[in-house]
Amino acid sequence: MALPQAKQDTTEARLAALTRPEGAAWASTARDAALARVREMGLPHRRDEYWKYTRPDGLTAPEPAPAALFSGDEQPLFSEIDRVRLVFVDGVFDPDRSDDPTLAGVEIERLQDASRADIHWAKEVYGVLEARGQVPVQRPLAALNTAFATDGVLIRATGKAERPVSLIYLHESETSDAILHHVVKVEPGAELTLLENGPAAARFNKVLEVEVADGAAFHHVRAQGRDHERQAVTHTFARLGRESTFKSFTMTANGVMTRNESVIELTGDDATAHVAGACMGDGDFHHDDTVFVTHDAVNCESRQVFKKVLRNGATGVFQGKILVKPEAQRTDGYQISQSLLLDEDSQFYAKPELEIYADDVQCSHGSTSGAIDETALFYLRSRGLPESEAQDLLVLAFLAEAIEEIDDPAIAEDIRVRLEAWLARRRKD
Amino acid sequence: MLEIKNLHVKLEEEDKQILKGVDLSVGAGEVHAIMGPNGSGKSTLSYVMSGRDGYEVTDGSIALDGADMLEMEPEERAAAGLFLAFQYPVEIPGVGNMTFLRTALNAQRKARGQEEISAADFLKLIRERAKELKIGSEMLKRPVNVGFSGGEKKRNEILQMAVLEPKMCVLDETDSGLDVDAMKLVADGVNALRSEGRSFLVITHYQRLLNHIVPDVVHIMANGKIVKTGGKELAMEVEENGYSDILDAQNETGEVV
Repeated sequence: MALPQAKQDTTEARLAALTRPEGAAWASTARDAALARVREMGLPHRRDEYWKYTRPDGLTAPEPAPAALFSGDEQPLFSEIDRVRLVFVDGVFDPDRSDDPTLAGVEIERLQDASRADIHWAKEVYGVLEARGQVPVQRPLAALNTAFATDGVLIRATGKAERPVSLIYLHESETSDAILHHVVKVEPGAELTLLENGPAAARFNKVLEVEVADGAAFHHVRAQGRDHERQAVTHTFARLGRESTFKSFTMTANGVMTRNESVIELTGDDATAHVAGACMGDGDFHHDDTVFVTHDAVNCESRQVFKKVLRNGATGVFQGKILVKPEAQRTDGYQISQSLLLDEDSQFYAKPELEIYADDVQCSHGSTSGAIDETALFYLRSRGLPESEAQDLLVLAFLAEAIEEIDDPAIAEDIRVRLEAWLARRRKD
Repeated sequence: MLEIKNLHVKLEEEDKQILKGVDLSVGAGEVHAIMGPNGSGKSTLSYVMSGRDGYEVTDGSIALDGADMLEMEPEERAAAGLFLAFQYPVEIPGVGNMTFLRTALNAQRKARGQEEISAADFLKLIRERAKELKIGSEMLKRPVNVGFSGGEKKRNEILQMAVLEPKMCVLDETDSGLDVDAMKLVADGVNALRSEGRSFLVITHYQRLLNHIVPDVVHIMANGKIVKTGGKELAMEVEENGYSDILDAQNETGEVV
């Protein structure tokens, strides 16, 4: 079926502003296929059902809207964590500011180097998980990323990584338009923690494809930067093998536009997938978590925990789905999305969905939206806590369930400190 | 210590007068009890003292050691030494009991211009106090009042009192929902805190708590006023004859209604 003209125009205008990267046959094949997918689907339009609550215009425009740089004197996130830092400046890897990648105890390569190799393991993953994730719901911006990503890292863990790999996204140009594509393969029994933080660019399109093999574990913690005017669309595609673990947590504070999609497939029995997010929005802020978890194996567990604190007219969106295929018996699925609205101007849209074809399944979901509990606030104040401090404590308590999804206590504490600082900054206003 | 004069209070939302001229004076180190039938305004009095929203003071005053309570925010009243043990302690998921107590204690110390208590000193203090109330470390680690039984919640209120060391303690129906053993434990906790510089106002519907926390003065409250004041024997009288005798006597003299 031909695309509507408007959609076709938007798509071609965007494509005209991009340059195809060079690469060997496997990379070119993947990119060609992705480009064909983009042309077939067309870029998202605000009348698309999947974009009902989030306007894609800024993400699909040929050029990004400029985003001012934020100058903060805060100590960078994860500073206390022993990790291997890989620094990207406006979407370009900067080896001089990065650590020696070999220190992580895993294989790390740059996408542009790997894509020149004639044979590469990434062939089995790059664009492959993204393509699988296009059914049943289209994600054209991810295909666009596969076709045009100019940089990114390929990480392969064959054992337990010695330290976390930390991707740091610096934003130094007000008009940067970054497209990064990372591929992670955690081999059977191996373990890897991936950290991501930073605003990245004025506009950021990122795809992360993660293959978690049998008995492997992947932990992912990211914080999306403070630069107020930045826009971002990210996709995480994960495929899980037998008895594997995938845990992903995202903290978002600020950014006029953020759309985070997580597409997770449980394909091996007894696997576990957790996706969580804590977001705090103030003012001109739009944040969308779109999650699609497919249970396609027996006795798997999945959890989605998303919490949003919104004020001064901020908007939060949650679209979360659990799909349980007919053979996925003994599935345990859980989904919760909650917003704490600190004033009457802020909004939260939630679209929880369950689609279940197996009969021996335990799935629960809940979505709430509410204000600060006045009784709890009074209780705290009656014990001597000033109102602002009491409110902050209740906000952190609200976010706690999401933060608890981070296994590493030091990383969780770091995130908690950031959230406290965010609240404290607003207390002074 | 506590001086309440001619206190008139109405509900903010509706034109309903709850307190119609309460006068009450509690001296340092004294234990006063307020008894009264349901709807007499006992709990309203405790909420107004602690500064809860939803009430409008139309006349009268509340002073603690001469300081005007009605001019203060709830947290300022707490820092000034007022403590209300809630009839229904509030559950706060996500906030650890210990964190809550330390934050509260430090907030009060800060408000009084004192140094914050160190983590080590706080731990020592809370362990001592918790032990006296038979509160285990498990209960201290859990979120505030979440999953606590009725008795545990009330003991937790007394623990907060013991840690915050207020000078004026108001206990609102602390005996409600407690069995005899739990009530005794709570009463022992309160009695251990009795001292020359600390006063108590025990609000209760039944006399039984007053067997354990023996008051110096008993007030009977009805229809928004204190209608009778006496010694601890007044509580016995209520226990035997109910409130109706006292209230009827008041009606005959025309003081109430």
